[in-house]
Amino acid sequence: MPANNPSLFRAPRISMRWLPVFRRNLLVWRKLAIPSLVGNIAEPLITLVAFGYGLGALVGQVQLNGNAVPYILFLASGSICMSAMNAASFEALYSAFSRMQVQRTWDGIMNAPVQLDDVVFAEMLWAAFKSLFTTTVILLVMLALNISHSPMLFLALPLLGLVGITFSCIALIFNALAKGYDFFTYYFTLFLTPTMFLSGVFFPRDQLPGIMRVISDWLPLTAAVELIRPLFMGQWPAHGLQHLLLLVIYAVVAFWIALALTRKRFRG
Amino acid sequence: MSQPLLSIQGLTKRYGETTVVDNLSFSIAPGECLGVIGPNGAGKTTTIRMCLGLTAPDAGEITFAPGGAALRMPQDALAIKDKLGIVSQFDSLDPDFSCSENLLVFGRYFGMKDSVIRERIPKLLEFAALTHKADAKLSELSGGMKRRLSLARALVNDPQLLLLDEPTTGLDPQARHLMWERLQRLVQQGKSILLTTHFMDEAERLCNRLLVLDHGKKMTEGTPRQLIAENLEPDVVEVYGAGALELVNAPLKALASRTEVSGETVFFYTQDSKALMNALTEYPNLRTLHRPANLEDLFLKLTGRQIREDA
Repeated sequence: MPANNPSLFRAPRISMRWLPVFRRNLLVWRKLAIPSLVGNIAEPLITLVAFGYGLGALVGQVQLNGNAVPYILFLASGSICMSAMNAASFEALYSAFSRMQVQRTWDGIMNAPVQLDDVVFAEMLWAAFKSLFTTTVILLVMLALNISHSPMLFLALPLLGLVGITFSCIALIFNALAKGYDFFTYYFTLFLTPTMFLSGVFFPRDQLPGIMRVISDWLPLTAAVELIRPLFMGQWPAHGLQHLLLLVIYAVVAFWIALALTRKRFRG
Repeated sequence: MSQPLLSIQGLTKRYGETTVVDNLSFSIAPGECLGVIGPNGAGKTTTIRMCLGLTAPDAGEITFAPGGAALRMPQDALAIKDKLGIVSQFDSLDPDFSCSENLLVFGRYFGMKDSVIRERIPKLLEFAALTHKADAKLSELSGGMKRRLSLARALVNDPQLLLLDEPTTGLDPQARHLMWERLQRLVQQGKSILLTTHFMDEAERLCNRLLVLDHGKKMTEGTPRQLIAENLEPDVVEVYGAGALELVNAPLKALASRTEVSGETVFFYTQDSKALMNALTEYPNLRTLHRPANLEDLFLKLTGRQIREDA
């Protein structure tokens, strides 16, 4: 391989120049924060109220590891993970694609001494940050609704940050491959929607048939729910390290692939 | 010539079977404005992208020597870009920001402190004749204003070399003249400029030296006057109207050193326009236009008159 044509899969080269790119997105968001916040949290809260109180009245309690748990608590602890996933995915797909392709913001940035690696890294952190902001607000609403008041919820925030990172990294792979916005519909309907139903957000995973259960075991959202749900009940997660590791591995591998594919896209 | 600021040696880029930049060599001296002219698809933008390290060349060297040490692409890409200002063919301004914010955010990409950038912003806006639009959203700006903001943005890091890819394409004459005036001011300040353009009057007005590029190859290089003198006859007589095309075979053809037909018009390139104009008085029905040869004639001579498929 000649020196001026290095491998797409070479190690990421991250410098501190990701920070001005992150700050650029922050400055745009500060102008639009309030309307975008309403959009980001309204949908998850409507789902929570509709299913939690509506379906919860029918279901009553859910059996979880031998404990009876109110359905609203079960749902709240799962759906906050789903919100982390959705918020990160949305930002790293639609919004990142606008900046990359439609507005040519990335092209402008790379006319300055900023590497593509730093731009992709900044976009990843940015989507994770927005996701964490959304889930923090949702968590505050849940506290206000007195769904849970476990002190261990403080641990949920850094974990939700990690969930945001993992799903940003995965979404950036599809961002790198996209020809247009339509492509993302496939990602949402063919990947995120099944993930949502297979990861124990709405009902316990032990109800899943065999093969589904196996797939479920390896989904990143499952790991997120398994980590965060117990915290809502004031318990330590079982196999916490294993789930944590799964999220980290997904994040690292996905980021690496996303970066390689983005480099390919920009190699003219 | 003094030590060049930018020098390019044997630059080559292929996409599959097509060679878009073919063994291209040129250099830019400090304080010089070099114009690169060529039809669409000639390789102008690819050359600029290679200078920025955005496209990897298949062969060749790009060296940038901003006083002292020589920096090389691609290994010193960031150090080189630190000293460059870019206006690309398509605006990449941030639509969500005001003019001032666009400059602030862009300065941060160079690692500049906010205080330093904020100090420069009023001067940059003044230079771009946008002081009154400092807080205006991008959607409130005209095409000319956006291009001037792009130019101001390219100056935020006080670059030594500006790479301008068709900076006046799509502008009306007023906006174009204002842009020219600003670019001339930059050259007077000692900035070096590499400018690509389709406009021959722009090239002639702004550039110390021109390079004609076609199919990725350098066709010729020199000062505008020199290129015209070396390649063309001093005068051109254009003849059109009913029967004009028959003149190509008429005896007066001998008075021109070269003739060309394009559509319904015959172009006579001549050393002796007086004799030719006299001979043409025999044809009162034909209309004539007598003018000195210009860069456009040179450009068409070198790159042909036919429309390119991809144009």
